[in-house]
Amino acid sequence: MLDAAILAVLVTMVLALVRAFQGPSVYDRILAANLFGTKTVLLIALGGYALQWHSFLDIALLYALVNFVGTIAVMRFFEYGSDTEEADNGGAR
Amino acid sequence: MRYVVAAIFLAVFWIALSGHYTPLLLSLGAVSVVVSIWLVYRMDRVDGEPNRLTPSAGLFGYLAWLLWCVIKSNVDVARRIWSPSLPVRPVWARLETEVETPLEKTLYANSITLTPGTLTTDVRDDHFLVHALNQEDIDELRGGEMQRRIRRLGI
Amino acid sequence: MLLLEILSGFCLLVGGFLCVTGGIGLLRLPDFFSRVHAAGLTETLAAPLLLAGIMLQMPWSLDLLKVLFIMILVLATNPTATHAMAKAALHGGQEPQIGNGNGQGETSSKA
Repeated sequence: MLDAAILAVLVTMVLALVRAFQGPSVYDRILAANLFGTKTVLLIALGGYALQWHSFLDIALLYALVNFVGTIAVMRFFEYGSDTEEADNGGAR
Repeated sequence: MRYVVAAIFLAVFWIALSGHYTPLLLSLGAVSVVVSIWLVYRMDRVDGEPNRLTPSAGLFGYLAWLLWCVIKSNVDVARRIWSPSLPVRPVWARLETEVETPLEKTLYANSITLTPGTLTTDVRDDHFLVHALNQEDIDELRGGEMQRRIRRLGI
Repeated sequence: MLLLEILSGFCLLVGGFLCVTGGIGLLRLPDFFSRVHAAGLTETLAAPLLLAGIMLQMPWSLDLLKVLFIMILVLATNPTATHAMAKAALHGGQEPQIGNGNGQGETSSKA
């Protein structure tokens, strides 16, 4: 069962990567990257349990935090700092 | 008083995460608790009236109900994704709301987002902008059961 | 302990299935805002189910608590991250596609 779950997480990561490469917009890519990050957390937790490496759980916890902060930071950047990419956008400063 | 409770909570949290009991690591933990409390104290002076969510039986009852909602809508969205004809009709609509306090608004908007199939894109004074995968999801929200349950919490 | 084993296997299987479903949805759904729903699918139920699956197999230890923290963290941060993404996309000029989702639906003129 554990193997099947790890396999499913890996398949999902590949699907997220496909979406991240396809785009089309930058937000799709960030969404896919965020999903990829969450799946990495799950993979570290499941894999660490499967291999009985207990310290992996700490890494998973930390990765979940970093993933969240990273997504927020990148989104703030694209929300307020994207004059060059979308010049016709009235909201950007 | 509040800071003492927070300090005890942080200390327990630190010990639970660390699991080591040597004097050096325990003193490092104590230092980090003190630094965190100091930061919270400083932040409280900036943030005029902090909002606090106190855990209560009603809140946990609401969370259990929310979990049930999440399961139901997960099954629904999964069914739509797997069906070959892809029966989704995205809508983006105004949802009139009656929640008033900031905490209620936060809880309501987050609950809507947490449920797959609906997504709060904007929070205004008397309405939210909600994006939904289907008209039925919006109609269910307009039925207002979630809002009634949140208002009953009285936070 | 057989019951725990079965329950854990069930959680892992359903969680894995929902995970892949979210991935498929991310590829199949027509526009950004509907893909957000697919991503929410994998984070709101699949992640807790997978974590609950390994929690049920674990012996009593601090590790159990850590997995619980991971679960709470994922659940608590997911709506915020989703909301930030949706808001940034709206701000950046993305318009939700309304209608039957085949690419020819008209876009809304709200906001």
